[in-house]
Amino acid sequence: MPRMSAKSTQKLALVCIWGTGVVTLLILLVIIGYVLLRGAADISWSFLTTPPRGGLSGEGGISTVIVCTLYLLGLTMAIVVPLGVGAAIYLSEYAPDNRLTHLIRYGTEVLAGVPSIVFGLFGFALFVTALHFRFSILSGALTLACLLLPTLIRASEEALRAVPRSHREAALALGATKWQMVWRVLLPAALPGIATGIILCIGRGVGETACLFVTMGGTSALPTSLFSGGRTLSMHLLHLVLDTNAFEKALATGVVLVITIVIINAITNWLSQRFRARMTGGA
Amino acid sequence: MEAKIETRKFSFYYGKRQALRDVNLHVREHQITALIGPSGCGKSTFLRALNRMNDIIPGARAEGEVMLDGRNIYAPGVDVVEVRKRVGMVFQQPNPFPKTIFENVAFGPRVLGMDGKVSLDEVVERSLRSAALWDEVKDILNKSGLALSGGQQQRLCIARALATDPEVLLMDEPCSALDPQSTLRIEELMDELKERYTIVIVTHNMQQAARASDWTGFLLLGDLVEYGKTTELFSRPQDKRTEDYITGRFG
Amino acid sequence: MKKRYLIDRSSRSLIFVLALASFAVLVAIAVFTLKEALPALQKIGLLDFLLGREWRPTNGQFGILPMILGTVMVTVGALVFAVPLGVGCAILLAEVAPQRVRLILRPAVELLVGIPSVVYGLVGLVLIVPLVREIGGPGLSLAAGIIVLTAMILPTIISISEDSIRAVPKSHREGALALGATDWQTMWRVVLPAARSGIAASIVLAIGRAVGEAMALVMVIGMATAIPMSPLDPARPLAPSIALEINYATGLHRSTLFAIGVVLFVLIIIINSIAMIVMRRGAHAQNVR
Repeated sequence: MPRMSAKSTQKLALVCIWGTGVVTLLILLVIIGYVLLRGAADISWSFLTTPPRGGLSGEGGISTVIVCTLYLLGLTMAIVVPLGVGAAIYLSEYAPDNRLTHLIRYGTEVLAGVPSIVFGLFGFALFVTALHFRFSILSGALTLACLLLPTLIRASEEALRAVPRSHREAALALGATKWQMVWRVLLPAALPGIATGIILCIGRGVGETACLFVTMGGTSALPTSLFSGGRTLSMHLLHLVLDTNAFEKALATGVVLVITIVIINAITNWLSQRFRARMTGGA
Repeated sequence: MEAKIETRKFSFYYGKRQALRDVNLHVREHQITALIGPSGCGKSTFLRALNRMNDIIPGARAEGEVMLDGRNIYAPGVDVVEVRKRVGMVFQQPNPFPKTIFENVAFGPRVLGMDGKVSLDEVVERSLRSAALWDEVKDILNKSGLALSGGQQQRLCIARALATDPEVLLMDEPCSALDPQSTLRIEELMDELKERYTIVIVTHNMQQAARASDWTGFLLLGDLVEYGKTTELFSRPQDKRTEDYITGRFG
Repeated sequence: MKKRYLIDRSSRSLIFVLALASFAVLVAIAVFTLKEALPALQKIGLLDFLLGREWRPTNGQFGILPMILGTVMVTVGALVFAVPLGVGCAILLAEVAPQRVRLILRPAVELLVGIPSVVYGLVGLVLIVPLVREIGGPGLSLAAGIIVLTAMILPTIISISEDSIRAVPKSHREGALALGATDWQTMWRVVLPAARSGIAASIVLAIGRAVGEAMALVMVIGMATAIPMSPLDPARPLAPSIALEINYATGLHRSTLFAIGVVLFVLIIIINSIAMIVMRRGAHAQNVR
């Protein structure tokens, strides 16, 4: 084959590259478009406000499922935010350069890669069985919190490190103790970045299924306490697909999920813009 | 005139590297003392030793004494926070916090427990007036400090440092990031401030040292080579190395 | 006044305790999963477990070789498509596309990253599986799994690779262009090599996600226990297998599922370690040059 000139190689490359863009856009359109178009038909106010009928019929709505999802996410965040932000503060500001610190970082790195289903097994072994929390929102939230922990630590640490060193020095030079510096200067400055991390975790939590369906039980009743079982939106979709044949309802649930993610993404983008603005001179 | 700060055989190490060697210098009260020297000579290290800001660097070690009003600030058991209240610092790059102008200036008093809303308003106004910034910002106190120009930000940082009512003000190349006009304003400000405070300034700009300071110390590779009245050091330097530096033969 | 120091000291301890939590969680996972897996490993024997070709819990046969192969096949298959597509799209977003296109495409990619795996699985089941069935076989197949997995890991590769390409300093490009290189030559010979470690990182992340993916694959890949001989055959990778059986497995069977979990855990650690070594070597080589 004759050697192509540099110019023609470039033209070929350009075509291929645009091709990948088209393919990617197609994938997006197919997934989002299909779900929204086919599922939208079944979305109605009653769908959102009636509970599922239970059993294998797939009939009913998703009201209790929505409540349960909110309940779960709230509890999970209450656990993971103090742990994650606390660990991030430690790693960013207090950690000496010793073996224990390396161990903690290594632990966080590895944990970030562990598959969700393995977290599910762990949650089942520890929370559901060993600690006798049984299939419950509590077990689910603890398991989900473990899953999300590395993500939040990473995002928070980045946000803290992004605060320029000079702010720390200025605060200390003015006579602040280390904790005052962290509490009054660092955390407020890093807050939008940390908030972005939290919202990101919420988004991931909404989509999680593997680690939850092994720990939460899957009942479609309205949860009455921490120890009630429950079913989240993603779990419900899984149930509809695998146990029943109610694909339309599944698609409708999918619509709710997709819209939730769209909203969460929008909030995240807005927050990171605010973060940048604050660091460079906005209000 | 009293020695506000006096260092006695003061040496400083970063790990194994010795950055300062047996520096004996006294800073006179209500005077402006300038520290000059080529890059890496230790002048910033010395300045930061005066309010123990070097403490935060891992591996840093001090030997000798730094006397503030006759008491050694490196003695064991000394409250570092108290030292920093009395010896304030302004940095090379203006670094206001990403907070409002008011909150920037109020930060020091707040963390030091000098609280109480009414007196905070007074402290903020007094500090901003001392920094010659009040008139420009009195109507925009709740705007972000980062919205000001470079020169204004640096004066804000000066106001912030003054709010803790220090006795000494350390300035680490405060004008190097500013334009000539802002530089001049800050030099004028320094002249006003010396009536109430003692000022130590590090500068790589010899003309600035010559025109703005009362006393000058020349540091070279960690040694205090010469120290004296500014007018004499610049016109009749005692040490050949000082003369070489001043006339631009190196540095 | 003394209160400040008390707060300073106690907050330091509190923060330390919180930080230990993440390491403690990791240790706990390793310990508990191993503990549950031990009965199975002891009874069956590690080699028989890993290399056995029959998985029939009711018969007491617990070989996971087909599952390991299933994971490998679906992951490699997805990478074959996702890496060129992903890097190409990253180049598109970073260098080639005009601002208007980027404004649509980049948020689209970000959105895809966040879509739950069950939604991918659902679309795969409803759209892809029938398509594959047209070509041959039951539709629920390795091919369907590969297609769905490609779609899932593609956005990760795109977004991280794009960031890496953007991070390459302008001076590199300008140097090459000033020497008369075309844009493509600059990209291929200068920019991409410079962005190598970031792109590699995105691929490692994608591998991790592919190996661990359970829910979407459970819906589309067929879950039959034989080794797939063609892409149209169903497959049964490790992660979906756990998901499928965990809710009704008891006793020894349940223990073997935990053992599969341990295998996944070890696999991820191996992949991460290889990645760290490769990236460290890559960074070192760049510095030495």
